[in-house]
Amino acid sequence: MSRKPYVREVSKTRWFLRQPRYMRYMMREVTCLSIGAYALVLVLGIKRLSEGRAAYEGFLQALASPGGILFHLVVLAFALYHTASWFNVTPKAMPVQIGESFVSGGVIVGAHYGAWIVISLAVLLLAGAF
Amino acid sequence: MSERRVSLEVLRYDPETDSEPRFQRYPVPYHEEWVVLDALNYIKDHLDTTLSYRWSCHMAVCGSCGMMVNGEPVLACKAFLRDYPDEIRVEPLLHFPIERDLVTVIDDFMAKLARVKPYLIPARDEPASAAERRQTPAELKRFKQYTLCINCMLCYAACPEYGLMPEFLGPAAIALAHRYNRDSRDAGRDERQEIIAANEGVWDCSFVGACSEVCPKHVDPAGALQQVKIASTVDWYKEHLMPWVKK
Ligand code: FES
Repeated sequence: MSRKPYVREVSKTRWFLRQPRYMRYMMREVTCLSIGAYALVLVLGIKRLSEGRAAYEGFLQALASPGGILFHLVVLAFALYHTASWFNVTPKAMPVQIGESFVSGGVIVGAHYGAWIVISLAVLLLAGAF
Repeated sequence: MSERRVSLEVLRYDPETDSEPRFQRYPVPYHEEWVVLDALNYIKDHLDTTLSYRWSCHMAVCGSCGMMVNGEPVLACKAFLRDYPDEIRVEPLLHFPIERDLVTVIDDFMAKLARVKPYLIPARDEPASAAERRQTPAELKRFKQYTLCINCMLCYAACPEYGLMPEFLGPAAIALAHRYNRDSRDAGRDERQEIIAANEGVWDCSFVGACSEVCPKHVDPAGALQQVKIASTVDWYKEHLMPWVKK
């Protein structure tokens, strides 16, 4: 009897359309681009600041325009999705064993959210928001 | 009222006559307590003796009945008909070549499994006749979950990275290496690191996490891979920034 194994090709460009879980993975990965985009906006802001008061005020006005606000909302939504999707898998990468039992995943995820809130408050404090 | 039936659409491939796979439909009686494997056995016994597929234990222990049911990698002996619509499509595990019908070629996985040395490697200075090596319940707990792997390869069928990069060692092999690395009786980590910390080891993994979602034994290979990445990164820093620190 002869062997002739049949190999099924996997699409290199459309593989993630096959399963919702692959789509969720792509969402997690792609949403990081919005964080990069926002970093570019901040860099642009610093550049405008160096160009003087008028340039900086123009930059602030652009941020406050309807388009600017929409951009912020979209970037915020993506950044939140990206952050939450990573925080929620941290117990897998960093399990904590105490004696014979593992610390529950909720505690590890919660600690990340806690640290996030504390750091955000510290940044806002430094920025003089309070 | 006529007896309820489900329709199984099964992938068929005969290497001696077919140039590519085709689907064949079989009407099968529905029973509340039947799993897909029971339906396949019904086909084999009553409708078509030529159908080939692997199975042995019928209790989710041997790991031989992995296949795609409606696009999802599952153990056929753990997939109840009652959880599916009346049209059920059965295909061999994805990402493996098809030997015949639902039987895949698993040589690649077997070779990778052997490469990670999934067995206890005692320290060199430890004589084979050494007294029993005791382990506390806490030490056992460190790796117990990874011992539950039954080598069913569902994780390989779920892993898109393995589908795109066949050289990837893959979830189960690395999770088993991790199992021995975490065992207090083992001293073989350095030997395994050579294999699993390489590019085709953990670094081909982008943490899709599909392997853990489909694992029928809740081994969580995705977790094991991320832990190996962290440990390998710590190794790198120790080696390059703190060469005086012993691993
Ligand atoms: S027949 Fe053994 S795992 Fe399904």
